[in-house]
Amino acid sequence: MGKPISYREAITNALAEEMRRDDRVFIMGEEVADWGGTYAVTKGFLEEFGPRRVRDTPIAEMAIAGAATGAAMAGLRPVAEFMTINFAFVGYDQIVNHAAKVSYMFNGMFKCPVVFRCPGGGGKQLGATHSHTPDIVFAHYPGLKVVCPSTPYDAKGMMKHAIRDDGPVLFIEPVPIYTTPKLKEEVPEEDYIVPFASHVKREGDACTVITYGEGWLTCKQAADELAKEGINIEIVDLRSLQPLELTAAIESFKKTNRAVVVEFGHGHYGVGSEVIAQLQEKAFDYIDSPILRVAQDQVPPPYSGALEKMALPDVPKVIAAVKETL
Amino acid sequence: MDKSVLLDWYHTMVLIRRFEERCDHLYKFEGSIKGFLHLYIGQEAVAVGTIAAREEGDHVITAYRDHGHALAVGCHPNHVMAELMGKATGVSGGRGGSMHMADITKTFWGGYGIVGGQTPLGTGFALAEKYKGTDRATLCYMGEGSTNIGYFHESLNMAGVWDLPIIYVIENNKYGMGTEVSKASAEPIMIEKVKAYRIPGERVDGMDVFAVYEATKQALARVRAGEGPQCLEMMTYRYEGHSVGDRTRYRTKEELALWRDEKDPIRTLQLECTERYGIAESEMLAIQEQVMEEVEESVRFANESPYPDPSTLYDYIYPVQEEPLTLD
Repeated sequence: MGKPISYREAITNALAEEMRRDDRVFIMGEEVADWGGTYAVTKGFLEEFGPRRVRDTPIAEMAIAGAATGAAMAGLRPVAEFMTINFAFVGYDQIVNHAAKVSYMFNGMFKCPVVFRCPGGGGKQLGATHSHTPDIVFAHYPGLKVVCPSTPYDAKGMMKHAIRDDGPVLFIEPVPIYTTPKLKEEVPEEDYIVPFASHVKREGDACTVITYGEGWLTCKQAADELAKEGINIEIVDLRSLQPLELTAAIESFKKTNRAVVVEFGHGHYGVGSEVIAQLQEKAFDYIDSPILRVAQDQVPPPYSGALEKMALPDVPKVIAAVKETL
Repeated sequence: MDKSVLLDWYHTMVLIRRFEERCDHLYKFEGSIKGFLHLYIGQEAVAVGTIAAREEGDHVITAYRDHGHALAVGCHPNHVMAELMGKATGVSGGRGGSMHMADITKTFWGGYGIVGGQTPLGTGFALAEKYKGTDRATLCYMGEGSTNIGYFHESLNMAGVWDLPIIYVIENNKYGMGTEVSKASAEPIMIEKVKAYRIPGERVDGMDVFAVYEATKQALARVRAGEGPQCLEMMTYRYEGHSVGDRTRYRTKEELALWRDEKDPIRTLQLECTERYGIAESEMLAIQEQVMEEVEESVRFANESPYPDPSTLYDYIYPVQEEPLTLD
């Protein structure tokens, strides 16, 4: 263990360690080299790894996604950075209709070890088009793994997993938690991998709160507040949206009989919709109260901070939802 | 040119022609091929001439009209036909279908169904080979209609910026589905279009397998000499519709006749073989008969092959992981 590091440093460290470990790993994207990454994730990479392995691309998301996918099929392990997940929409066809399909469509002939890095999330007053949490529109398709870590420890271990995975992984990094001091933690210096599987991140008995990504910090803060009132919630971190594996959530729900799903994307057709559908299918007899959702309102993200905040999940909303289930 | 090479080309071109004719019949009258079916009849010289020019290990990737390329790279007609019938013995295990034929042992990466979608993938193969420092080239095929989608421009620009070892082979058959090239492309001459990316282009008679072969050989040599991406615009024509069911009302019978009766690539090659190389007509006839048997054998093989086992429905959603992901 070293000094506590941020979520962003964890990703930087994972990328650098994997590049030192395996020459097939390289970075391509807009402003990743000279600039060092728009969010400075690949700062210093050009100096250490050179222009062959740290490649500035044209502003061309269709080609970034496609050429990275092709390079992966031909034996490399590209990490393609979309400056933000909002720009991954432009490369959507390559991601969901090519990268996600080549293994199955060609009967397992081709591997496709590409990572699409997608910084995302709202709450930064970037306006309607740059503030999406569209995780679910990528998670709809079997063939693509869609993951989103919630802590520095997970971020590092999951990025290593993503790079070593022989299939395509869309790796979502919520920008709002990149440097949050409250999340900083020590992580092992030795090599480790974190599986793309849900797990209980905080134990409790009053209510199961299911979340992922930046939702973890919000729920943890809510849990601290609730604990002062003697209400101990159990928090399940999904880590992976596709494939979605809910064993930990279902086991927890059978114990607490109450649940809230917290996500920063829009609620309709969201993560909560799917999780709740499966909970009632698999644990109907354990339901003691309606299972609730805390999610982004059904409104395009407004620019004004006063309005934008209103539309996003926060600690009071999570606390209110938990109390409603009790 | 060695006689055996010519006969080999002739064999493959006749095989593609007869195979496609048989597919058309199977689709329309026997019901054993479903879904989309895009036939390559008329364009045989392009796939055969370009692929004959490649070295082993050079990548091939194309769009949805891919049966010709599959046969030209050497996929067995039995397995191509089985793929069309959705059988387990198909080149893609029956999961791909007409538009998604591939064979990794021949560095043939398929058949892609979204117009232009293969172009950045091929560009990525070229990137990988340049990164690895090999001298492998990529042949990336597309129709002229796909040069109007963003994929084309983003890919060629990227290849131009990075000097990638790739040949963009544009099969200009004059129509994107039913839309004539000048109605869809503000610059209807493809080799003019690619100049914006400083990519040298050459217009080639795509009905003449010799011309196709020679132009590809030279372009490959330029690629391997480090001259960066190249473009070949193959002037060709598809005799059938865009897909089965297309009645081709957008073109005249006279236009079709002009290409089919005066420029047919198989007849042109046949004449060349007999008149210039003195190959006996009986040899060509023997090949034709052999092809008829091969095609019938492919139909028999495919008909008798099993459908994919239901237990395989969920196989390969993700690739089989080679290096285990150790979990702590």
